[in-house]
Amino acid sequence: MKRRDFIQLSGLGIGGMMMIPVLGHATTPESFLDSGMDVAVKKRLADAALNAAKSKGATYTDVRIGRYLNQYVITRENKVQNIVNTESYGVGVRVIADGCWGFAAIVDAKTERDTAKAAEEAVAIAKANARLMKSPVILAPQNGYGEVSWKAPIKRNAFEVPIQEKVDLLLGVNDAAMKNGANYVNSILFMVNEQKYFASSDGSYIDQDIHRMWPIFAVTCIDPKTGKFETRQSLSAPMGMGYDYLQVNPADKVTGITTRYNMGYDMLEDVTAAAQQAKEKLTAKSVEAGKYDLVLDPSHLWLTIHESVGHPLELDRVLGYEANFAGTSFATLDKLKSGNFNYGSPQVTLFADKTREGSLGAVGWDDEGVKTKRWDLVKDGTLVNYQAIRDQVHILGEKESHGCCYADSWSSVQFQRMPNVSLAPGKAPLSVKEMIKDVKKGIYIIGDGSFSIDQQRYNFQFGGQLFYEIKDGEITGMLKDVAYQSNTQEFWNSCVQVCDEKDFRLGGSFFDGKGQPSQSSAVSHGSSTARFNGVNVINTARKI
Amino acid sequence: MAILSREEAKKIIDKVLSYAKADETAVSLGGSKTGNIRYARNTVSTSGESTNLALAVTSVFGKRSGTATINEFDDESLEKTVRRAEEIARLAPENPEYVPMLGPQQYTEVKETYADATAAINPEYRAKAALDSIEICKKKNLTSAGYLEDTTGFNAMGNSKGLFAYNRSTSVDFSVTVRTEDGLGSGYAIQDYNDARKLNAAASTEVAAQKALASKGALALEPGKYTVILEPVAAADLIQNMMRSLDARNADEGRSFLSKKGGGTRLGEKLFDERVTIYSDPTNPEIPQSGFVMDGRPREKTTWIEKGVVKNMAYSRFWAQKQGVKALPPPFGFIMEGGNESLADLIKGTKKGILVTRFWYIRAVDPQTLLYTGLTRDGTFYIENGKIKHPIKNFRFNESPVIMLNNVEAMGKPVRVNGSLIPPLKIRDFTFSSLSDAV
Repeated sequence: MKRRDFIQLSGLGIGGMMMIPVLGHATTPESFLDSGMDVAVKKRLADAALNAAKSKGATYTDVRIGRYLNQYVITRENKVQNIVNTESYGVGVRVIADGCWGFAAIVDAKTERDTAKAAEEAVAIAKANARLMKSPVILAPQNGYGEVSWKAPIKRNAFEVPIQEKVDLLLGVNDAAMKNGANYVNSILFMVNEQKYFASSDGSYIDQDIHRMWPIFAVTCIDPKTGKFETRQSLSAPMGMGYDYLQVNPADKVTGITTRYNMGYDMLEDVTAAAQQAKEKLTAKSVEAGKYDLVLDPSHLWLTIHESVGHPLELDRVLGYEANFAGTSFATLDKLKSGNFNYGSPQVTLFADKTREGSLGAVGWDDEGVKTKRWDLVKDGTLVNYQAIRDQVHILGEKESHGCCYADSWSSVQFQRMPNVSLAPGKAPLSVKEMIKDVKKGIYIIGDGSFSIDQQRYNFQFGGQLFYEIKDGEITGMLKDVAYQSNTQEFWNSCVQVCDEKDFRLGGSFFDGKGQPSQSSAVSHGSSTARFNGVNVINTARKI
Repeated sequence: MAILSREEAKKIIDKVLSYAKADETAVSLGGSKTGNIRYARNTVSTSGESTNLALAVTSVFGKRSGTATINEFDDESLEKTVRRAEEIARLAPENPEYVPMLGPQQYTEVKETYADATAAINPEYRAKAALDSIEICKKKNLTSAGYLEDTTGFNAMGNSKGLFAYNRSTSVDFSVTVRTEDGLGSGYAIQDYNDARKLNAAASTEVAAQKALASKGALALEPGKYTVILEPVAAADLIQNMMRSLDARNADEGRSFLSKKGGGTRLGEKLFDERVTIYSDPTNPEIPQSGFVMDGRPREKTTWIEKGVVKNMAYSRFWAQKQGVKALPPPFGFIMEGGNESLADLIKGTKKGILVTRFWYIRAVDPQTLLYTGLTRDGTFYIENGKIKHPIKNFRFNESPVIMLNNVEAMGKPVRVNGSLIPPLKIRDFTFSSLSDAV
């Protein structure tokens, strides 16, 4: 897969290497301040494509005019390693002709001739592909919305914050880590702005402005005597927010054994704790393998939700379209149709949405002009729905798309991508403290770590950042070498309690991959702290 | 126009360098034509083709550097890009780890990276490969999903110190997953080559189809330690992960499996079975590679592990300069020496064991020991008395390639997997930690 450029970062995660996709061409931070193309011009470009496609025989057309800005600031200890500034602009046209999809994209399209040409090419491709097609596309009807817009409700645009302020923040974070006993520290700010214009032959002209931000670090502590090293990564979440996520606000802090964060992240405070905790990990007790009751913090549970609920309930996966890469799903159509498939215990309601403010999935309309919404996937433990888009919902007997179609660039074809998928908070008032009080033999896990799940999403193994032993309702100390293994249905059926909505927080994935060629997407997963009884914990320590 | 000749590329690079006013300037120029076809449920789902030609200028003042890119090639655009890179460089923070650019280098010319047959691939070729694969499966009442991607490209670079490098290359990658209609059997096959004449998508599909049928009716074995035969595709994933962890700086800093208790590294120590030898060689005809890496360093034959002993680690130019050693670039593709036995021979010589087609969702668990977890997928079989006895349910493993390469029983003939040459491996005491219901 050489389609995308990547930058490689080592020293960050436990994987030793992080591959970060880079879109577009290098530019200056000043160019980010340019407001981009006027919406009236975009409409003209879109109309040229819509008309050209129609005249060549397309029965449906959508046009996406996209400007994508990315800024990554990358540091270690007292050094700025790299500042990546990229901008990507172009137009993608998707059509249905002779019952088949066709797509063509054009970089730097500035004239009506450019977009019309892309539209004509898309129709030609659709007609050529039609002979390889088994059955024609069935598209759920969609009303046009006319000329509308949506803007992420950010308070401070990260692209307007001077580079120096960002560099000062990260070098300050690194300094705090070193002063508190870290041997090494890496820190990064990821900032993304998608300026997307969508127009379709249904009569929609939708202008949207989407912002994402992810501050992260990894602290390493080494014990030279034993030769052992431990890391502790940030407890931040990637958010659909601007620089305001870095605004320290006491109301966004969740106190407890360690501080966690809600809609505002105190990076300095977290890295100070991280350096001390990485050191503490070096001498922590190695876990004894066996069955434990797990108390999982939202900073950890988001990833388990993502892998064991988000992915298996993607309808294209269920149907076999991802069989050669990501795999298929255990959650087959017959299980949905039975109406009584126990995905989890009655405490478990899992819902999808693309509307929650500050989440990575939040957007007014999806990438095929469908207004976004919230819907249930698992209701009181029973499987009730999937994630589906316009050319899929007929398979479920539905007439309206769920509104979760996405393309990672103007140059990529949009397809079904995971909306936010979250665990609904418990209805009865319950705090984390009260939850822990009832646990006799358990482990409290905070932060996400190693993760792996099979191609049908049955068997999984998850690690974490911080592990605390619970004995007779009390936290007794730190553990290390912890990973738990379970089976999706067994795990969600072992859920006995979910804390109330006061504890509800978001976690998420900034670079979730799917498809061939692979596309990246960002998605949030919310939950309150939840308890799972009798889960199998393994010890991951080895000698080499 | 996406694929430029050496002369065309040099002309553009020299022109860009003539506009440069910075202390140092480097230009990289690359182009590619890439196409793909994807199918699933026995029907083509997407196909596409794209071309790209882009130039990047990196300007350096002291220890400040800036990069600007462009995909228009008129004089004015090129000059503007140089000015923009210089402007970005002036505003950039100093990089204390900046190492001055290399001067002219001697590179081995590797012509085998490019093959006309791959460059000639067109939409008809791709459609035929997909339809042939689908047809084989339809006839056997099986469901196929596959992906073919081909790329023809070139890379060139030059700098104000007189360095110039050029290489053109082609690649074709094909993978297919075949499933039985009832979803109880699944098989997989993958091939990658520089030269499309070596690719046989139909033969791969036959292998995957055979595995799909043979893997139906899997029985459950208790998790535990087993002798395994890893097909090269399975072995490659774990060994590649280890080969990506040879960075000298991480080892020197004490945060690598190559770090030593009390400081220093395990360079020169015997960490693996004495039959384990792994080296990289850009001129190997099976896995040819460009004679240079993208920071201008020559890519040379390098032995990483010899008879179980760690012989070399990979360096950035900065870390090599600081440590006063040769700056060996990290291996891209590599060759693991094996034996002459075929996979069938290895099975024949096994009393009790498990044959693994491939691993899936491999993730690091502990960088200290290179412990990884993941699962078997698309065909796992029980071997008894030299014969495949029956299919078995998939397992999750928790294993380190370092431990695995100490438990070598036998090695077969290496084959190309994902740009490396990897033998099938027979390993004792491989750790499976739980069962999976996935097919």
